[in-house]
Amino acid sequence: MNGSLHLWLIPLLPFAGFVINGTLGRKLPKALVTLIALLTPLWSFAIVLGAARGFLGIGPAPSIPYIEALRYPWINAGALHVDFSFVLDQLSLVMLLIITGVGFLIHIYSAGYMAHEDGYWRYFAYLNLFLFFMTVLVLAGNALLMFVGWEGVGLASYLLIGFWFQKTSAADAGKKAFIVNRVGDFGFLIGLFFLLASFGTLTFSEISAKLVANPAWTGGVLPAIALCLLVGAAGKSAQLPLYVWLPDAMEGPTPVSALIHAATMVTAGVYMIARTHFLFDRSPFALSVVAIVGAATALFAATIGLVQTDIKRVLAYSTISQLGYMFLGCGVAAYSAAIFHLMTHAFFKALLFLAAGSVIHALGGEQDLRKMGGLRKKLPVTFWTMTMAVFAIAGFFPFAGFFSKDAILYTAFTQGGLGTIVWFVGLVTALLTSFYMFRLWYLAFLGESRSADIHPHESPWSMLGPLVILAVLSVCGGWIGAGRFGAFLAPAVGTKTAEAASGNLELILSVLAVGVAALGWFIADRLYRTNPESPARLAAAFPAAYNVLVHKYYVDEIYNFLIVKPLLLLSKFVLEWVVDVAILGGAAWLLGGIATLGGAILQRWQSGNLRSYAAWLALGAAALLLFVLMPWASILAGFGLHVGMVAH
Amino acid sequence: MSSGYVQLLQQDVPLSWYLLLSAVLFSLGIVGFLIKRNLITVFMSIELMLNAVNLSFVTFAHQWHAVKGQIFVFFVMMVAAAEAAVGLAIIIAVFRARATLAVDRIDLMKL
Repeated sequence: MNGSLHLWLIPLLPFAGFVINGTLGRKLPKALVTLIALLTPLWSFAIVLGAARGFLGIGPAPSIPYIEALRYPWINAGALHVDFSFVLDQLSLVMLLIITGVGFLIHIYSAGYMAHEDGYWRYFAYLNLFLFFMTVLVLAGNALLMFVGWEGVGLASYLLIGFWFQKTSAADAGKKAFIVNRVGDFGFLIGLFFLLASFGTLTFSEISAKLVANPAWTGGVLPAIALCLLVGAAGKSAQLPLYVWLPDAMEGPTPVSALIHAATMVTAGVYMIARTHFLFDRSPFALSVVAIVGAATALFAATIGLVQTDIKRVLAYSTISQLGYMFLGCGVAAYSAAIFHLMTHAFFKALLFLAAGSVIHALGGEQDLRKMGGLRKKLPVTFWTMTMAVFAIAGFFPFAGFFSKDAILYTAFTQGGLGTIVWFVGLVTALLTSFYMFRLWYLAFLGESRSADIHPHESPWSMLGPLVILAVLSVCGGWIGAGRFGAFLAPAVGTKTAEAASGNLELILSVLAVGVAALGWFIADRLYRTNPESPARLAAAFPAAYNVLVHKYYVDEIYNFLIVKPLLLLSKFVLEWVVDVAILGGAAWLLGGIATLGGAILQRWQSGNLRSYAAWLALGAAALLLFVLMPWASILAGFGLHVGMVAH
Repeated sequence: MSSGYVQLLQQDVPLSWYLLLSAVLFSLGIVGFLIKRNLITVFMSIELMLNAVNLSFVTFAHQWHAVKGQIFVFFVMMVAAAEAAVGLAIIIAVFRARATLAVDRIDLMKL
């Protein structure tokens, strides 16, 4: 044992899968494509598990953080040194376990879900590509390598959202995701430049060390850097005001929504804030902005989720809302709680999406909740696993969501001041979350079927297996971390906030959170089980509020009016007509005209007469000779020749 | 006998004579190339120019006792032989097609 964990294999194995399936997949038999696509993440997961043993004290302990760098620098320009370095510490370990573990489960599920699709090999190539970039993002030891992964997952996301690119809406959704993410990435990039300008390095450990060496350094450029990074995080993690791409991203295949747009990629923003927590810790202002953005997003998205009728869109707004929760956690410096919630959310939200996918699969592509109902008996496994997830996200004891949500809310409350406000917002969001999840549960699975002509069938075991495993994790996932998670992550994310100590306050807050969840369930029960006609009555009673929610606060329309339309007009009238047609087109026309005119004159020179060519040749030789012997005279002669040529 | 001839050459004929001869031959070649109408004569003028250059090559090779110049002459002769083969073939092809060898009338290669 030479002590190496071979971290480089973790991203490279899925990349190999991408290369093989991406280049040869079309010709390979389907079984082989599946084998390659599934084995590479499994292998990566095994390596991560092997590395995890050392962290948990049951294997040879590595030095933590464990760093693996290529011997040759990536960029070596002046004072700037950037290495290809991978860092494994507690934070990246947790992320890697989620990404490769949940990722592998979703790969299995996809093999069943996508079995009858044409671009089967293409789908798995993209999925492996995503895992490659995501693991690079998480393992990166410096911000620039992280940015590579950051952009890469955006690319994979774009490709997978637009997987059914023949459908205009899917292609448009892919473009929307990509373009909105550009805005965020721009912020990230500016943040990188700021970092470089003020620290001279992009390596996380060096930046951290420089901050530790200057304990008095709080203001100045630090809030600016933190806010720029926040813009990047808000883009990737679908926070206000850049969340608009995520609901549309549901155009992609459902396993993609589960893996990329619920469990892993969208949490990259949270991970990034936790990774650069030393910057946010020094800037209370930026931290408050994070908390406010998170709380606002959580509440905002949850209210939209109340009235959505597309099963995947409900889950999409729920994801945005839960991501807001994580940001809220980061904003009160409860990084470990945020990462804890990230983990449990990965379990239950992946499960929710996969179960929803199972429902959609069973109903032959139907996504409208109003046409479902009574699926409990037809899809028992899907129903029970989904129930676990619903209880987990609603925050019932002892499901996973309870512990992580509780950790965030407790830390927020004990902060006081702004913390109390975001705690209250979080509590209201918990109520709404519980309500809309149980609404979905009632509409899809309970009651009677509202559509006569559908004949649902339970999904194959390749899809149900991952559901069962994730259901177990959704139930038990919280027990792993309760009370221990903060201490485990402390070396990586710091211990600015005291870990939740057990006490009366915590108990009261927990009971309050569970009570709120129960209240949400109760309301959903009254509205959708006992009085199924009451939601319509309620909507009719408050038409204004209902319309605003159904139209998602008209944000898409506002963006369309304020940004998209003016940009299109600018492109059409200024860029196309003035710049393209008038300036560039005119210049091209002018140059072409000059060339044509010159050609018309010069072509007379080409007489076809051999002796005339020979004469020119001789004259040229004579001119060269003259130039060698008498340079000044040759210039005068050249002028004469020029005049003679034009006259010719 | 042959070494005595070379000695005579070295002593009695100055370098400039060879060069002058070379220049005269070259000029004759140029003039012939420019003014003659028969394609074969034009072709022969080119050979004349090549050989004028060859003459100056050997002259200088002899003067500087450098073998390079003589090697170059062999190169030129080789290229000239190849060129003669190709050139004569073209001339025959042109004559068959046009029944004339007057260069002024072989002028289809113009716009």
